[in-house]
Amino acid sequence: MLKQIEGSRGVAEAVALSRPEVICAYPISPQTHIVEALSTLVKSGELAPCEFVNVESEFAAMSVAIGASAAGARAYTATASQGLLYMAEPLYNASGLGLPIVMTVANRAIGAPINIWNDHSDSMSQRDSGWIQLYAETNQEALDLHIQAFRIAEELSLPVMVCMDGFVLTHAVERVDVPEQGQVDAFLPPYEPRQVLDPEDPISIGAMVGPDAFTEVRYLAHDKQMQALDLIPAVAADFRAAFGRDSGGLVRPYRCEDAETVVVALGSVLGTIKDTVDELRDEGMSIGVLGLTSFRPFPLDAVRTALGGAQRVVVLERALAVGIGGIVAANVRMALSGISLHGYTVIAGLGGRAITKASLRRLFHEAAADKLEPLTFLDLDRDLVERELQRTRTTRRSGPAAENLLRDLGTRVG
Amino acid sequence: MPEASKHGTLPFAITLDPGSSLANKTGSWRTEVPAYVDRLPPCNDACPAGENIQQWLHHAEESGYEAAWRQIMADNPFPAVMGRICYRPCETACNRAILDEPVGINSVERFLGDEAIKQGWAVSVDAPASGKHVLVVGAGPSGLSAAYHLRLLGHEVTVRDSCPEAGGMMRYGIPAYRLPRDVVDAEIQRIADLGVRFELNTTVADLRAELDAFDAVFLAVGAHVGRRADIPAGDSARILDAVSVLAQVEQGDQPLLGRRVAVYGGGNTAMDVARTARRLGATDAVVVYRRTRDRMPAHDIEVTEALEEGVRMRWLSTITYADAGRITIEKMKLDETGFPVPTGEFEDLEADSVVLALGQLSDLALVEGLDDVTITDHVVQVGAHLMTGHPGLFAGGDMVPSERTATVAIGHGKKAARNIDAWLRGTTDQRPPRHDLATYERLNTWYYSDAPATVRPRLDLARRVSTFDEVVGGLDASTALFEARRCMSCGNCLECDNCFSVCPDNAIIKLGGGKYEIDLDFCKGCGLCAAECPSGVIEMCPERL
Amino acid sequence: MERVRFYQIGSYAAGNRLLDGELQTVQSDTHRTNSLNSGHRACQGCGEALGARYALDAVMRATGNQMVAVNATGCLEVFSTPYPETAWQVPWLHSLFGNAPAVATGVAAALKAKGRTDVRVVGQGGDGGTVDIGLACLSGMFERNDDVLYICYDNGGYMNTGVQRSGATPHGAATTTTPAVGPQPGNDFGKGKNLPAIAMAHRIPYVATATVADLRDLEYKATRAMKFHGARYLHVLVPCPLGWRTASNETVKIARLATETGIFPVFEAEDGEVVAVSKIRRRLPVADYLQPQGRFAHLFGATPREDVIAKIQAEADRNVRVFGLTDPEVPVHGVVS
Ligand SMILES: Cc1cc2nc3c(=O)[nH]c(=O)nc-3n(C[C@H](O)[C@H](O)[C@H](O)COP(=O)(O)OP(=O)(O)OC[C@H]3O[C@@H](n4cnc5c(N)ncnc54)[C@H](O)[C@@H]3O)c2cc1C
Ligand SMILES: Cc1ncc(C[n+]2csc(CCOP(=O)(O)OP(=O)(O)O)c2C)c(N)n1
Ligand code: SF4
Ligand code: SF4
Ligand code: SF4
Ligand SMILES: [Mg+2]
Repeated sequence: MLKQIEGSRGVAEAVALSRPEVICAYPISPQTHIVEALSTLVKSGELAPCEFVNVESEFAAMSVAIGASAAGARAYTATASQGLLYMAEPLYNASGLGLPIVMTVANRAIGAPINIWNDHSDSMSQRDSGWIQLYAETNQEALDLHIQAFRIAEELSLPVMVCMDGFVLTHAVERVDVPEQGQVDAFLPPYEPRQVLDPEDPISIGAMVGPDAFTEVRYLAHDKQMQALDLIPAVAADFRAAFGRDSGGLVRPYRCEDAETVVVALGSVLGTIKDTVDELRDEGMSIGVLGLTSFRPFPLDAVRTALGGAQRVVVLERALAVGIGGIVAANVRMALSGISLHGYTVIAGLGGRAITKASLRRLFHEAAADKLEPLTFLDLDRDLVERELQRTRTTRRSGPAAENLLRDLGTRVG
Repeated sequence: MPEASKHGTLPFAITLDPGSSLANKTGSWRTEVPAYVDRLPPCNDACPAGENIQQWLHHAEESGYEAAWRQIMADNPFPAVMGRICYRPCETACNRAILDEPVGINSVERFLGDEAIKQGWAVSVDAPASGKHVLVVGAGPSGLSAAYHLRLLGHEVTVRDSCPEAGGMMRYGIPAYRLPRDVVDAEIQRIADLGVRFELNTTVADLRAELDAFDAVFLAVGAHVGRRADIPAGDSARILDAVSVLAQVEQGDQPLLGRRVAVYGGGNTAMDVARTARRLGATDAVVVYRRTRDRMPAHDIEVTEALEEGVRMRWLSTITYADAGRITIEKMKLDETGFPVPTGEFEDLEADSVVLALGQLSDLALVEGLDDVTITDHVVQVGAHLMTGHPGLFAGGDMVPSERTATVAIGHGKKAARNIDAWLRGTTDQRPPRHDLATYERLNTWYYSDAPATVRPRLDLARRVSTFDEVVGGLDASTALFEARRCMSCGNCLECDNCFSVCPDNAIIKLGGGKYEIDLDFCKGCGLCAAECPSGVIEMCPERL
Repeated sequence: MERVRFYQIGSYAAGNRLLDGELQTVQSDTHRTNSLNSGHRACQGCGEALGARYALDAVMRATGNQMVAVNATGCLEVFSTPYPETAWQVPWLHSLFGNAPAVATGVAAALKAKGRTDVRVVGQGGDGGTVDIGLACLSGMFERNDDVLYICYDNGGYMNTGVQRSGATPHGAATTTTPAVGPQPGNDFGKGKNLPAIAMAHRIPYVATATVADLRDLEYKATRAMKFHGARYLHVLVPCPLGWRTASNETVKIARLATETGIFPVFEAEDGEVVAVSKIRRRLPVADYLQPQGRFAHLFGATPREDVIAKIQAEADRNVRVFGLTDPEVPVHGVVS
């Protein structure tokens, strides 16, 4: 059914259609609207049977989900930013135990300085937590990915994180197609756990494993993600067959065939990039886009196939690996090992900084001319940082950089 | 790596099947290993009759009174008698005395003895007839005990006694207010019912002939001759001896004691005769003793009861002269060794009679013709097996060197019977070595419920001084049960399941029926079971490699 | 009549052949479930292993084995489930050190959603996992009144990591992070963290304390806890021979001394109010409890620390007063310094 609703609402409805049995959450912007909607659905009895647990922290949220999942329930939670970090420990635990929890990450920057706006620093920081990470480009895809996520998670016994850009997607009101319950039920069978806490058949879950088997356990976790490389496209294909639209999969190439320059990115920024690429194509530039839907597992082969013919690759990412630069870029490079081409890392849109078509146009032109720095910070206010650097060089007690910059900006603007 | 789990698809290593820890045999950690041992309870150790007290209390704890009684009867045919007159060395030894008060073993024993009489419980001879015939001389507790045990062992037994009735001092010495005669009669009758032949009013004089006629002879003639003292006395002084007085009373004669009676001596016999005198109408019965109360050989309870009944005590006094109606006493004092020495201070007391209670000697005329029988200090010498120097002639009770109590006499009777039996079969009686003593330190007394001892009811005083009714009452079924359950079961498992429970490694197997076993596969040797065993039954021993 | 009910060892020992079957403990039953099986790797004489089996066996009996256990990281977890062997006979889940109460909540929520409220959930952990790192989750579980019995096995320190101080380490005790050196050796005197009181402040239906020295009481409380729905808390004192530096055979004795000195009050509370206390049978001075333990050895050295002992005595006296642990006439056996 077509609905004109907020992205969060769409996700909440998709989650509800997936019949979770336990939902637990702790509020953090920009995730709040999702769990608010779900709590209402549970409280009103529309979503039943389902327990909504108002926990006291994200650490507890993930822990409740672990318990629920181990007891055989379909479990869901959502978080963002600080909250994701606060649940880092149980995050690893959930994947280590092979519990198919589904979680929405409404992507948001990590402080300090505290910032509620969108970037990918949060989910990128947990890229090696053992979770599958899928990134939504649109609200429709966010909605669809959740339904797929439960199926992927439960088939593999691995937790899945559906990442959607905070505010940009979560708070955007758009028209989405919300499936019917019957369709979802047909697509997503009831959860059949691989292991369950059952008094009739007791097992011990969560043993301590020493050097004798730890590597093997880890290898098996990796192997599961490798299996996901096949499963994710298969589920996306099933989804297309059932619901009649393309959502999910590993990668989404756009006008890449024969492109000399390929831009790689994840999430909602792909829309702006595609628009820009369309314009540049019209202007004659040989440029394409590769959208990554699955970041974990990282689709090395698919990326290599998509980029192998290009002359240059521009990885545009909304997170910064402080001290080296790109996170996605490093992974892309891994896919291109042995292939010689120009590679550029562009850090863009941190903490909610808008990524405009104008900036992208400029950026892609520089790239096409190979005039780009290997590591570029899109729209960085050079003057501003130079002044601060100057201050720190001259004064020991130069004060907090963030506040200095703001003050500096104020004087300039005001 | 382990074989595939029964669940097949369980995640590798992180998820495990129950029961798998049994593969880890933690027994290999052990340096010490617990072992169930039996220790000798101090009561059993102290009982001269060799009763397995802890064991019969164990039965009584479960209201198994008949089983309890039978357990006593295995060693002692006189529970009802002993439950009244025994001096209770068991209770003196009882570990519970350290905790609060000793278990009232004796009162439970009496309850069981009385219950047996009431219920008519009997014993039977199960052993095949041996064809041997044993003569027992003397129907006191020692002779009767021997007769009983010999009969149970399958021998023919004849008991001869000079007196008209059997019982020895149980009948002719110990006053009826302490030991009612129907009780004595009932327990002797039970022995007679086993087929023991009694020949009463028969004094054995010619032992040689009897030794020829019988396959073996047990002598238990007791000590009945009152020891005299050289007291200067006027012609009309009335000086009697305690055992004769008591025997006379038993035979229905009224000994001429007068209204004021002085009893000389500080033993139990002195108390018995003084209390008897009160019951016979003496207005003043005074015990003259040369030392102090705490040095009196009489048991404290006897002294207390005598005092309650109006008997007066003259401690630190000796009688130096007796005459009609009066005696002279000299005050004594104790020297540094506790020995009484005269002070030269004299005093006169009014006394119509003086009863000497200075101990008894045995009349050993019947052995005088036997050269191979040794008499030293007025008693017959016997070996470890209670045999005299004459083959086949055994002796026990008051006539051999020993503590002179009925309980010891009964113990001698049992021991003699076993040795006679062995001798008749041409073997020697072999007993397993005694277990180590279950001392208080070996117990964990925390576990015993707090429980003060049950006090036996006593006759009111008015009736005590005017009649020979029994002074001390018995327990009823519920108080007897309570008292039995005060037993701490020292050195013997009481099936508390503590060991089974406190083992952190579930390394104790409860087999049921009071049996437990250590699972050596898993016992780490922590020692908790041993530490928390209330009755001290578990011992930690070094692990042998 | 009172006397006829006297049973030799009464209810002090685990079993008693003189008691009727239904009055027998779970632990004395030949068919007890041994929730924690043999072959686990706890130290010799471990109180935690003992306490856990006592408690969970009782819960198993109370629920007809319809239970699930969630365990925090710590000795109990490490010694029971080192791959490839588990000692647990119950469905059991270990997630993390600080999240057992929340995981338990999750299990309970799942069971509720599935309509399996007959299956009951027990969360359990050491004192560190409970009073320190797990406190937030525990408090959340209490506050929501989730249907979980949480059992804390208090051995007064982070034993699994090598005997470091926890929020439940007693005052004056030496641990590897509060060593017996300096002018105030051992653990500092703060005000302590009284978790049973904190639990009671949540007004949850049931809070109780127990020790491994009184099995019957512990079983009673574990059983009683299962009669309630909602959040319940059981705090069990479990001496640790390794950390307390006591002989392996003294575990039960030391727990007993903890109660008999008033160091560890044993009580029950419902809806935030104390409803029953276990009276001290023979009150003893705290020194009797402290002296056998190596972790307090520095209090009894060449210059005995009477001042510190007196402070600890004052804490015990306070417990005795506040909880009414003695009947007025119960004297102290020995000298209370
Ligand atoms: C007044 C008094 C009170 C006592 N109170 C207690 C007490 O409370 N508790 C306790 O444990 N002990 C008590 N005793 C001691 C106890 O009675 C004796 O130690 C015990 O009776 C000794 O037993 P026996 O079988 O050796 O001898 P006795 O009981 O003396 O029996 C010996 C028997 O042998 C018979 N006899 C002797 N010579 C011959 C012969 N030639 N031919 C045939 N028969 C013969 C005698 O007639 C007598 O019946 C008391 C003793 C006395 C005197
Ligand atoms: C988050 C985290 N911090 C620290 C640890 C290390 N750690 C594991 S067990 C433990 C101590 C456990 O103490 P406690 O809960 O009292 O249980 P005990 O071992 O004493 O039974 C610690 C500190 C951990 N596993 N996880
Ligand atoms: S309690 Fe268990 S492990 Fe310890 S010594 Fe006894 S049987 Fe062995
Ligand atoms: S602990 Fe109890 S059951 Fe075990 S041996 Fe001792 S008395 Fe018997
Ligand atoms: S360290 Fe302490 S708690 Fe841990 S296993 Fe050993 S005794 Fe038990
Ligand atoms: Mg601890």
